[in-house]
Amino acid sequence: MIVNNAASRRWKNRLALCVMVAMVLASLVPLVSLSWTLVSKGIGAVNWQFFYHLPLATPRGVGNAILGSALVLLVATLVAVPVGLLVGLYLAHFAQDRMAGPTRSLLDVMSGIPAIVVGMFIYSVVVQHFGFSALAGGLSLSMIMLPIFARTTEEAIKAIPPTVNEAGLALGLPRRRVIMRIVLRSAMPAVLTGFFLAVARVGGEAAPLLFTAFGSNSWPSHSVKDIVTFKPLTEQVASLPQIIYEYAKDPRPEVVSLAWGASLLLVGMILTIRLGTNMYIRYRYGKGGA
Amino acid sequence: MSTVSNNFAGSLVNRSAAAPSGAVSRLSATNIVAGFGEHTVLKGVSLTISSQAVTAIMGPSGCGKSTFIRCLNRLHEEIPRAWMKGTVMLDGQDICDPQIDPVAVRRKIGMVFQRPNPFPTFSIYDNVAVGLRLNGMKRRADLDERVEKSLRHAALWDEVQDRLDRPGTSLSGGQQQRLCIARALAVDPEILLLDEPCSALDPVGTERIEELLIQLKKEYTIVMVTHNIQQAGRIADRTVFLLMGELIEQGATADIFTSPKDPRTEAFISGRFG
Amino acid sequence: MTAAALSQTRTIERKTARGGPPAPGPRQNTGDRLFFILLRSAALLPVLLILVFLTVLGWGAWPSIKTFGWAFLWSANWDPTDGREDYGALAFILGTLFSSLFALAIAAPVGIGVATFLNEVFTPRLRGLMAFLIEILATIPSIVYGVWAFFVMVPWVEATVIPAAHWIFGPKFFLFRGTNGFSLFSGGLVLAVMILPVIVSISLDSIRAVPCTYREAALGLGATRWEMIRLAVWPPARSGMLGACILALGRAMGETMAITMVIGNAQSIQWSLFGPANSIASAIALQFGEATGLMQAALIELALVLFVMTLLVNLAARALVSRLAGAKGVLA
Repeated sequence: MIVNNAASRRWKNRLALCVMVAMVLASLVPLVSLSWTLVSKGIGAVNWQFFYHLPLATPRGVGNAILGSALVLLVATLVAVPVGLLVGLYLAHFAQDRMAGPTRSLLDVMSGIPAIVVGMFIYSVVVQHFGFSALAGGLSLSMIMLPIFARTTEEAIKAIPPTVNEAGLALGLPRRRVIMRIVLRSAMPAVLTGFFLAVARVGGEAAPLLFTAFGSNSWPSHSVKDIVTFKPLTEQVASLPQIIYEYAKDPRPEVVSLAWGASLLLVGMILTIRLGTNMYIRYRYGKGGA
Repeated sequence: MSTVSNNFAGSLVNRSAAAPSGAVSRLSATNIVAGFGEHTVLKGVSLTISSQAVTAIMGPSGCGKSTFIRCLNRLHEEIPRAWMKGTVMLDGQDICDPQIDPVAVRRKIGMVFQRPNPFPTFSIYDNVAVGLRLNGMKRRADLDERVEKSLRHAALWDEVQDRLDRPGTSLSGGQQQRLCIARALAVDPEILLLDEPCSALDPVGTERIEELLIQLKKEYTIVMVTHNIQQAGRIADRTVFLLMGELIEQGATADIFTSPKDPRTEAFISGRFG
Repeated sequence: MTAAALSQTRTIERKTARGGPPAPGPRQNTGDRLFFILLRSAALLPVLLILVFLTVLGWGAWPSIKTFGWAFLWSANWDPTDGREDYGALAFILGTLFSSLFALAIAAPVGIGVATFLNEVFTPRLRGLMAFLIEILATIPSIVYGVWAFFVMVPWVEATVIPAAHWIFGPKFFLFRGTNGFSLFSGGLVLAVMILPVIVSISLDSIRAVPCTYREAALGLGATRWEMIRLAVWPPARSGMLGACILALGRAMGETMAITMVIGNAQSIQWSLFGPANSIASAIALQFGEATGLMQAALIELALVLFVMTLLVNLAARALVSRLAGAKGVLA
């Protein structure tokens, strides 16, 4: 027997849709609130001096933290990119080799290690023997970056049709040249996207830096020009995420305002990297890329 | 490698018909058995390829045409679980010898694939130049010259000379395929393998490629796989018919088309199966 | 075939166990072989790194493991006073579990609801906009969420949520005892906001993977949109959505900076949502800097416990999500 329950079913349908609309709106509340607070409280702290003054100077600035973040990210990139590229190439091209399975699983394990535990690990291995340094901070970030970058590289290379590889081999080129100069270049848009995603991800990390780069209220005593000798990298440095943590809890409102300014700057930089990457890739390689 | 031992290469061939007069054979395959894993695709194919001529390899889908020409430049072995037995003699040398570097083999034997596959993110210029660059050619003037020559050879120069820095993938399908031919020609091979080069193209693109192949056979030895009987009839000097991994019949195209010896060849040509 | 031809026959066969692009055989040229060795040794690095990681943490935690044994896991006493040092992890373990499960309890229904709505009801344009906003939510660093929660969310919880809960359930109801904004509730809430993008994007992938014919079949039977969702969309997407939730749980458990700033950092077990609590990550962040000796070892053991917890959760999530093609991008 067929019961005519069309009305109740229609009401149920409406109710469910209303609940889902409410969920969509609710999920936007934090974003709206956060953006509003960030801009309204942060914009006041940002002026020209903000970018190159020290936190204790007048007016206050976060110049040393910007520099520190750059140094730490530089180290992380120098370590994670070459290794990540090689590992990604290996996983994509020798997927059936004996080592590929274990490597892939352990990369997944690595990406699951909480950032704070990574910081503790680098503290035990590096800091306990050599002290706090930008180098240690960069190493801890590279440990977070490596699995992300290696896996996105692997996916990027796997997305290149095998005929590209074959066409290269058919030209009479050795396999290594085909891989490094043709396949890798064909996959470059997606590899670059993966790289910038990884940078955006670790650029905001504070937890692994607490016990490694530590923090500082002044410029590195070695000039950045000495970077070729690695000296500036052996000093402890401030970084944007770390000073936000530090200053947000300060009782002085002008220091807290500095934290808001730094937050605004950090979010701005990370969003620029992410959105900028997407736009650049689309512009440079057309819709086919990434 | 030299061309001294042509006769030696010829002497190994047992089942093939003689090459047309005036052309010497430099490439011959003997008793090729090949497959993937448990599956055998080619069951002992022997064939001598005539120089400076177009040899068409025909047959229904799955007969092993593609596998056969991929054995000729050892690209077959790049496929997972692939294996092959037999000998392929090029200028008197067995290129299937495990001691021979396949890289050297492939430099002499160029290949064009079923679907146009220009390197993505490479410009038209770079697509042609990359093989030269990676083989050590550095001077811009040399590269320019060779790129132009290859593109002219592939009858593409007039269409692309003013946009060499555009991506290769921005061209039409037929142009892309000619770009792939130019890319193969740039590294100066002696033999050109084409694996159903027109199957992904429209009739106009197909016609351009066919005209081009007729031009190219003056300088190159061309082996072309096709499932298109009319195409073989139009441009091939010699035609080979494969069925279920076995060579059924081969000979001058005119003979094969007018008086096939094997009833299966006749059935295929008259379109009764395939 | 003649005997001569047979003797000519050589076999070229790659020695690969299960197929796939072959490992270089003997006829590969030297450069290619070196290249392969280079790649392979790079691939060994993650393996070595994890071994070193476990060794170092195990070594560092050893004094604590030796002193407290298994009791470390179920003692809730955390006393760093000299002379009567005693460390137990239970308060932190429970704090981590409670805060992340609470976060999941909020974020899972909302996330799945949003993903469903995006794919089944929204127009493509709005869907793109919403996906963009969710991506921004995923991009904001943990520490910025922490500062926002510290200055905006906690005062709101104190001024609005706690009085409301007390008004409805009475101040004596066991879950809602206490009036502290720096609490399990705030910690869980900020975690919920942070894991929402993970749940939305992976659920969206699994919902997208449901073939359109299912939906058409349901609609063809005269189902309303909601009935279609319940009958034809959710059941096939279930394992992917579950995987998304478990993965998000793993994220929440390892999350540090945001939760440190709002959870209250008490050293004892907290059963009420409105009382200060602590999580493992937060305890490490706050105490590891000054810790020495046995306390340092105890904190390292705490880190090991957290690592094992997140590992188990991630393994479970991966087992579920890997059934779903196309979700790999979000896992990174």
